Amino acid sequence: MSALSDQLLVYAILGYTLAMLAYAVEYAFGTRGVVNRVATRELVGAGAPVDAPVAVEEVRPAPLDNARIGELAGRAALACTAVGWALHAGCVVTRGVAAGRVPWGNMYELILSACLVGSTAWLVAVVRRPSLRPLGLLVTLVLVLLLGVDGMLLYTKIGPLMPALHSYWLVIHVTAAVTASGIFLLGFAAAAATLVRTGYDEGKVRFPYPLGARLPEADALERVTFRVHALGFPIWTFAVICGAIWAEAAWGRYWGWDPKETWSFIAWVIYAGYLHARATPSVRRTVATWLAVLGWCAMMVNLFGVNLFLTGLHSYAGIK
Amino acid sequence: MTVERRLAGPAPAPAHDDEPAPPEAPPPGIGPGKALVAVGRRSWRWLTSMRTALILLFLLAIAAVPGSLLPQRNVSAERVTAWYGTHPKLAPLVDRLGGFDVFASPWFSAIYLLLFTSLVGCLVPRLREHIRALVRVPPEAPSRLDRLPAHAGGLDLPGDPADVATRLRAALRSRRFRAVARPQPDGGFTVSAEKGYLKETGNLLFHFALLTLLVGVAFGSWYGYKADRVVVQGTDQGFCNTLQQYDEYGLGARVRPQDLEPFCLTVTDFQARFLDSGQPADYRATVSYTIGDGAARNAVIKVNDPLRLSRARVYLVGHGYAPVLRYTDRYGHAQTIVAPFLYLDDNKTSSGVVTFPDANVDPARGRDPADPQQVAFAGVYVPTSDGHSDVSVFPAERNPVLVVTPYRGDLGVDSGVPGSVYTLNQHQIATGKLRALSAPLRLRPGQSATLDDGTTVQFVGTRPWTALTVRYDPGETVVLVGAVSLLVGLLASLTGRRRRVFFRVPPTGPVAAGALARSRYPGFHAEFDTLVKEILS
Repeated sequence: MSALSDQLLVYAILGYTLAMLAYAVEYAFGTRGVVNRVATRELVGAGAPVDAPVAVEEVRPAPLDNARIGELAGRAALACTAVGWALHAGCVVTRGVAAGRVPWGNMYELILSACLVGSTAWLVAVVRRPSLRPLGLLVTLVLVLLLGVDGMLLYTKIGPLMPALHSYWLVIHVTAAVTASGIFLLGFAAAAATLVRTGYDEGKVRFPYPLGARLPEADALERVTFRVHALGFPIWTFAVICGAIWAEAAWGRYWGWDPKETWSFIAWVIYAGYLHARATPSVRRTVATWLAVLGWCAMMVNLFGVNLFLTGLHSYAGIK
Repeated sequence: MTVERRLAGPAPAPAHDDEPAPPEAPPPGIGPGKALVAVGRRSWRWLTSMRTALILLFLLAIAAVPGSLLPQRNVSAERVTAWYGTHPKLAPLVDRLGGFDVFASPWFSAIYLLLFTSLVGCLVPRLREHIRALVRVPPEAPSRLDRLPAHAGGLDLPGDPADVATRLRAALRSRRFRAVARPQPDGGFTVSAEKGYLKETGNLLFHFALLTLLVGVAFGSWYGYKADRVVVQGTDQGFCNTLQQYDEYGLGARVRPQDLEPFCLTVTDFQARFLDSGQPADYRATVSYTIGDGAARNAVIKVNDPLRLSRARVYLVGHGYAPVLRYTDRYGHAQTIVAPFLYLDDNKTSSGVVTFPDANVDPARGRDPADPQQVAFAGVYVPTSDGHSDVSVFPAERNPVLVVTPYRGDLGVDSGVPGSVYTLNQHQIATGKLRALSAPLRLRPGQSATLDDGTTVQFVGTRPWTALTVRYDPGETVVLVGAVSLLVGLLASLTGRRRRVFFRVPPTGPVAAGALARSRYPGFHAEFDTLVKEILS
């Protein structure tokens, strides 16, 4: 079963890579008229701007020209993502069955599960809002990179948990952390897309900005970014609080500025800053979105940096 | 903001064009007192603005970064010392700047204290405002409902305007809006409704919860304490919760030694289970404790399961082996000493010292101060030896060997200078006052060895020791309540939607409706459409 899990991981990465290529094909060949949701905004009078109804225009493409190739590629990309997701889910489930516990007991499994949550969140988002499909390129890119690094560099054989992890808190705290990380993964993709599209709208020509030509409207992307982060932030708060409660039972104190705790706090503060900035009228939305990107960087440092480079600083008591 | 009134004189008007205008007298200022108040008010307004809060939040995040990159004293004091070794010139400077104790340093405290001041300064007026809003009725409907983001006109609701208004109000109230109908001078009615106060309530709850967290943390650090101790298994090796019996302790600022909960504890049994790979699987310590003069009670302490007393908690944080040596001196007096050895690696290769400071005392003449014949054994205990090296290959005792060098001379324990109980006094060895007697002895449990003067030492066996931490934090409950309120407030503020709905019922003719949301959220238009449909049916 463990070998099956490892094989499924390879196939899942393959599935996501194919999906990524298909998204790239859709990107290259598609025109703006293929799946075109134009968000029209009503003129706002005395009231605050509100979420306006969205008009759908679907342009019928001519057979087998660029637009048609793009459309087919887009559909194929979604199918590949779904297949990759199924393989990924199978990988996680078989790993859990083989280990006899929830499949997030070490760093390898943690990243595996967080990426599964991210992939699930992406599929849910794209089913609810098909216009977000162009974002799939960035989402699958991040997934492939993370899973690749995970599988190649961080792989560990299945082993039982350390005594400190023998607790029901493993299910509560780590599940919440993994879920929040996955949701923030999607949020990061949306925030990056928002920045690219906004930059493109402003006329910037340096590398990533021309990619914004095929992305959905900046406003819609920005709203998606906010809503995804508004979903992930309470879950992350819950994860940090549960971590503190567990730390009290395991280590004697609910907060000790351990590197992992410190970076979780830093990521929390940055995301809180993002939500705060978005609620402050004098702060531009672009600045707020950069904060969301910075928050993801903090999450990456929390995940990789602390586990790989700063473990030496962690100790339980004075005696070692 | 203080209105700065400038008392300007009348503008001088020249009587004739070719006459120069008289110089204008400088206008009188507002005076130094009022200027100071104005500056104070401006600074306060700047501090409590959301933009400043954002900057301070960002600074807080950045300030926490060195706390994770540099070794911190409260997490690992040995790494700080090691850092001093590798960066001898830089370390004192870093220490001065508070780099090894970032989260208690003045500049970090300044950032979060400023942040909390900003928070309080913003919260109090907002709370006042919100209470006022909760008490107030929704305001009068705007005159042009068709300018609102959501509007519907031409609603056909027949009947007397008063009845229609009452029905509308009832319909809105059934949807949990706060609604009020106002008669208009032209005979018509307006109905104003508002909903979603929970959003601001949640917002305020979240921010007040942050304050509660701060109070709880401060209270805990003042009135809490922690203490560490190595406790060897055995009823003769227990300890009581007093400062002198701890290896290390830290008391909160307001804790007096007599405030410690009066309990005594002995470790009666310790079990450790390991997997074949050497990874630990389970630790548990069975303890017997008494509180004050009460009866003895038993409990099991495991890694995630501390002993919870009413004003203290005892945690199991580590374990090791304590060799037991029995030394028979040249006068035939035998003494058994249990000495914990500290482990050096994951397989519990442990090093330490077993000292016999009362050995070789002549019963007739007492100890000769010029030539005290104190004895000690210093070396390594290997729980599972592979036969040739002195490094353990497995943490459990599968093939135990004690490798110790005997020493005789003056241990230096009477000098009054404190030293480690896990190493010999190097000064005594360097000056020759304490001499090694032979090559290291390799003893298996039960084995004896004879020293050069005919005295014998027997390696009786080992006892496990546990590292216990005693902690007390009275602020914990406050922090927990604060954390839960924080989460509840956060959820309410992120999911709450504040909106107002207005209806204008003219004396004759169709009814107009409009709605306004405080901030954009999905489902606003859908809700308005559903409401209008429901009212029409």
